[in-house]
Amino acid sequence: MSVDKTTVKRVAKLARLAFPEERLEPMAGELNRILAWVEQLNEVDTSSVEPMTSVVKVSLKMREDVVTDGNQPIAVTENAPEGEDHFFAVPKVVE
Amino acid sequence: MSELTDLTIADARDGLKKKSFSARELADAHIKAIEKGRALNAFVTETPDLARKMALESDRRIAAGEARPLEGLPLGIKDLFCTKEVLTTAGSHILDGFKPPYESTVTRNLWDAGAVMLGKLNMDEFAMGSSNETSYYGPVTNPWRRKGANTKLVPGGSSGGSAAAVAARMVLGATGTDTGGSIRQPAAVTGIAGIKPTYGRCSRWGIVAFASSLDQAGPMARTVRDCAIMLKAMASHDPMDSTSVNVRVPDYERAMTGEVRGLRVGIPKEYRIDGMPAEIEALWQKGIQWLKDAGAQIVDVSLPHTKYALPAYYIVAPAEASSNLARYDGVRYGLRVPGKDIISMYENTRAAGFGREVQRRILIGTYVLSAGYYDAYYIKAQKLRTLIAQDFDQAFEKVDVLLTPTAPGPAFGIGEKTDDPISMYLNDVFTVTVNLAGLPGISVPAGLNNEGLPLGLQLIGKAFDESTLFRVGEVIERSAGPTPRPGTWWEV
Repeated sequence: MSVDKTTVKRVAKLARLAFPEERLEPMAGELNRILAWVEQLNEVDTSSVEPMTSVVKVSLKMREDVVTDGNQPIAVTENAPEGEDHFFAVPKVVE
Repeated sequence: MSELTDLTIADARDGLKKKSFSARELADAHIKAIEKGRALNAFVTETPDLARKMALESDRRIAAGEARPLEGLPLGIKDLFCTKEVLTTAGSHILDGFKPPYESTVTRNLWDAGAVMLGKLNMDEFAMGSSNETSYYGPVTNPWRRKGANTKLVPGGSSGGSAAAVAARMVLGATGTDTGGSIRQPAAVTGIAGIKPTYGRCSRWGIVAFASSLDQAGPMARTVRDCAIMLKAMASHDPMDSTSVNVRVPDYERAMTGEVRGLRVGIPKEYRIDGMPAEIEALWQKGIQWLKDAGAQIVDVSLPHTKYALPAYYIVAPAEASSNLARYDGVRYGLRVPGKDIISMYENTRAAGFGREVQRRILIGTYVLSAGYYDAYYIKAQKLRTLIAQDFDQAFEKVDVLLTPTAPGPAFGIGEKTDDPISMYLNDVFTVTVNLAGLPGISVPAGLNNEGLPLGLQLIGKAFDESTLFRVGEVIERSAGPTPRPGTWWEV
């Protein structure tokens, strides 16, 4: 599996990373080197192996379905780069 | 009396109890050392006022006979831990100005135990790196230099600021986090001790997430005992982290009996990698001999899937990172770079806010999780992870602990390995297996090489058996003899 410029462009779009045209080709090269290196995993037959889902052998804990926190609009929004009246402000999304 | 900054945590604790000095004096001595050590770039944020305030409270408590386990002990905190109202950057531009409105569970535990915060320590951006060179705040310099040379060396990473600050006597101890070796590798190349506990031992709540199934917090300090003292306070069961495990935290210090007679120590043959430097092989043999001399039994074991650990890690960790880092969108905290619409605002913010290595890993992670590739990469890697964990399970039927080198070499020069990501990744070849299997691992200082640079040995234990690591680690530490100081060449 080889990554080309178009793939880098598509993946960067999925990852919401602006990527200048001139960096696409070098990045494709870097990703290909890393992907070629991880390909060695295919040497191992894993057809009868279960993928790991948790390193600690415990089942996920359950708790009462009740509100434990909240009603802290100032704490939630005080780090926002732009905001008004404890709301986050974003560029217009609806025409 | 020797300088206050030269004390171990254990000795400082005793000195405070006997009132040989005050917590305020201890804090001031460290604040001064931090000011003199700024050339190392170990700190992103210094908090001297907070440290003095906390130290005064400690003195009050000591006078009132209400001292807590870490009362008055000044520590540094890796800048990955959220600290209430104190800038928390994760070494990244994208968290510009972020002051968390809450405290991480691990740091909360430390302050509740009486510890004093000296500041926030530099690190590789989002803990992605093995040399502390990916930090937006610039590289950290290792206090150690090659004999007769003044080339600046890296302190390892990602907890490089923590390692440098501890080795340079700017803090008594520091917190670190370890996703693939980020506590143990920097500890090894700066001549200090550091332990990655079992996954689930310390709460991850309030620690900026990198790869959630691998991340674990742990202590870094100048002795094995000091790490034991710190971990006892850091570890807890926490309802805020669903993967934190509800098991008793033992008294690790009490487990340090100095006794290893009859203990079975496994030597995994697969860790003898191609091209391993002779000094690392020699160090390993020395470690084996020390434990033999102390009465332990040496057993050869095999961990056949070891060579697949690093490539599996470089699928799992970027995949989880690409998902965790999706939250940095320029809306809720940190940096915002405007764009022509909301999508281009996201894209511009993330392009400007993330450094090169972080972007590379986000792209790899997004690629391996994208439609059509998920099974071929992510599921394949998680299957290898199962095999790697099974290797350990089988080995631990025959032995109590495993002994390996911590890192494949000593500290290297700043800029020496930045051009080749894979050669940088290879720094974690001996440490990453432990994260994939969720096991505890400790790095113990084991002497200096011919160039006068520190090297470390790693012990790997069974899940939740950190006690054995501290016990055996102390025996290695004692056999290796005291690590000399790195000097004070950086002081202004």
